Amino acid sequence: MSGNEAIARGVYEAGVRFAAAYPGTPSTEIMEQFARYDGVYAEWAPNEKVAVEVAIGAALGGAKALAVMKHVGVNVAADPIFTVSYTGIEGALVIISADDPSMHSSQNEQDNRNYAKFAKIPMLEPSDPQEAKEYVKLAFAISEQFDTPVFLRTTTRVSHSKSVVTLSEPRVPEDKTALAHHAAKYVMVPINARIRRVEVEKRQKALQKFAETFPENKMEINDPAVGIITAGMPYNYAKDVFPDYSYLKLGMVYPLPVKMIRHFASRVKKIYVIEELDPYLEEQIRALGIEVTGKEIFPYTNEFDPGIIRSAIHADKPAAASTYPETLAQRPPNLCPGCPHRGLFYALKKSKAYVHGDIGCYTLSYLKPLEGLHSCICMGASIGMAHGMSKALKEKGKGKVVGVIGDSTFLHSGITPLMNMAYNNSDALIIILDNSTTAMTGMQEHPGTGYTLMGKEAKKVNLNILISALGIENIRVIDPNNVKEARSAIKDELASSGPSVIIAQSPCVLFKRANQKSKPPLKVDPDACEGCRSCLELNCPPIAWKKGVTKKGSKRKGIAVIDETLCNGCGLCAQVCRFGAIS
Amino acid sequence: MKEDRVKSILFAGVGGQGIIRASDILCEVMMEAGYDVKKSEVHGMAQRGGCVTSHVRYGRKVYSPLAEPGTVETLVSFEKMEALRYLKDLSPNASIILNTEQINPPAVNTGDADYPLDIIEYLKMHYPQVMAIEALLLAQRAGNLKAANVVLLGALSSLMDIPHAIWESVIRKSFPQKLVKLNLEAFQMGIPA
Repeated sequence: MSGNEAIARGVYEAGVRFAAAYPGTPSTEIMEQFARYDGVYAEWAPNEKVAVEVAIGAALGGAKALAVMKHVGVNVAADPIFTVSYTGIEGALVIISADDPSMHSSQNEQDNRNYAKFAKIPMLEPSDPQEAKEYVKLAFAISEQFDTPVFLRTTTRVSHSKSVVTLSEPRVPEDKTALAHHAAKYVMVPINARIRRVEVEKRQKALQKFAETFPENKMEINDPAVGIITAGMPYNYAKDVFPDYSYLKLGMVYPLPVKMIRHFASRVKKIYVIEELDPYLEEQIRALGIEVTGKEIFPYTNEFDPGIIRSAIHADKPAAASTYPETLAQRPPNLCPGCPHRGLFYALKKSKAYVHGDIGCYTLSYLKPLEGLHSCICMGASIGMAHGMSKALKEKGKGKVVGVIGDSTFLHSGITPLMNMAYNNSDALIIILDNSTTAMTGMQEHPGTGYTLMGKEAKKVNLNILISALGIENIRVIDPNNVKEARSAIKDELASSGPSVIIAQSPCVLFKRANQKSKPPLKVDPDACEGCRSCLELNCPPIAWKKGVTKKGSKRKGIAVIDETLCNGCGLCAQVCRFGAIS
Repeated sequence: MKEDRVKSILFAGVGGQGIIRASDILCEVMMEAGYDVKKSEVHGMAQRGGCVTSHVRYGRKVYSPLAEPGTVETLVSFEKMEALRYLKDLSPNASIILNTEQINPPAVNTGDADYPLDIIEYLKMHYPQVMAIEALLLAQRAGNLKAANVVLLGALSSLMDIPHAIWESVIRKSFPQKLVKLNLEAFQMGIPA
């Protein structure tokens, strides 16, 4: 089982039947798996803040509720999280933060253990799938016992690694839901919040005491010469290379078991703190006056592996046999053959506009030769940034500032900034890349798809009506696979004054429900090809350059060729070929 | 038969080659054979034509799902050039199973980079055992190009001491009924005569 499958199983075994989330790598599979269990309610919320609020509401109604998100999703949800820490909950509430050290599919590698300390919420951190399943159950138990939300933090390697997991008999869920009014506890006006603030500190003390005897904070005294304090996946890397050292493995990373740490320190000679990203444990342990070695030898950046730990502590790495002397060409991820974003970004590049990007597959258009984006910060940012740049540049930016955003991302956090563009009369152009799904994370439903996570038909947001209700008057729907249409729409809307929105509508090429049949692959006529390389500008995987195929009376130095096994026949290259050589 | 020592197998290739599926099958096989098994790969952007790797580690008790660089005993490379990318992970005595399929990276497609020409020779010069296999051709003979990953598992099985019956039963469980025969044939084709 993967860590994510194990978490879903653990949640089910704990008797929890309520969960809300927004998809995000490496967290997505938790909800997809959980939704498959009998008798559960699971929903995709439009964003992480809503997911947490939905889970809080359920918990206040006495339910045991789960909210799931990737690390940056916690930023979006931070507002309710910091205050539900004050109020506590009636039922139970666990929030899963799936962090992504090394940024395998993320824009930053923030260490969300800091959120636990910041929001004063206990946090558990499993090191493998078996622990992930057990810890999520413990998290619910702690939530119930201490009337607190609880974080469970995973990292990509825990979520996406697989190992043998022993299942337990699921608990039969008890229905404790009820309408219970405790306004003084849940209405966070200052007079109540000040009282709850004190309760938080009392809870902190109780949790600190609890941490001292929490069975998942484990001491393994072996060789007393070296003691390693660690948590999560790095424990496994360290055990792999240094099986004989002593260990303090923390299953609960907030609050820390202070007495236990002191006790461990008294039993070993030299202490290493091994943790990815921030010196989170290290700083707290140093603050206890305990001397440790940490970030002076271990990296701050990227995930670890056993080799990093060995070479930080000793220099005796196993020698690799060889390294190939030449530099190997990279394989950056690319838009799929037939992807509807390709035509749009090709057209957009011709407009020479400054393009603010957003989070989704279309970020891949950044790479050469498409070079479709000039900025990308976070979910929903493209719209506000395009507006801000356009306002600051005034005449200089007229007709030159664009924001692009996917349909799922737009519904996540693009509506408010678009309303702002209408309200403050922006001049920027926003293009919504509507591929009818959340493609990047693997085809999740959202309020614009017409289906729920549980597979039921649902109300479908009408983007046109929504956008016009926000006050945008220039709205145009185009087919991005038609380059000519896309180019002329972009040209017109950039020239028009006031805010404009183009909805580029075409389903993701991998989206099964859209029932798209791929057309026969295209071919390049080697006699007609002039070797101008226009088609190569599309960066379509099947199109390659064959050097040295010359032609009498032509300056060409080679021709384009199409790999039939990869081509899906979308015909975009035929549209950009000026010599009619592709058909 | 349990060995104390943890062994590592690395699968490498390009998104879409069935690498994750093959490593899942290997994990099932090792579990059936009584080992503790862990595996790790990174999902996400890799499936869009990028590099894909999957580490499989087995033994009596496995801690890390990732192998330490320089310790991988067996590399199964689903694409010819990709083998070169992970040499730092291999032990000097590593065995290499190499699918001879060539998938050009974008820079090679645009003519901005060259595809190495001496891959097999280079690997044979530096490693004691290199099995070059035309997995696509063999899979086609078995009836479907997509079974190339199972052909490579067949080749891998020849380097491992796992009873054939375990491989067969796991393959039977891993595919829908109508694809079982094809995949069992593909597996056989990968085993050197």
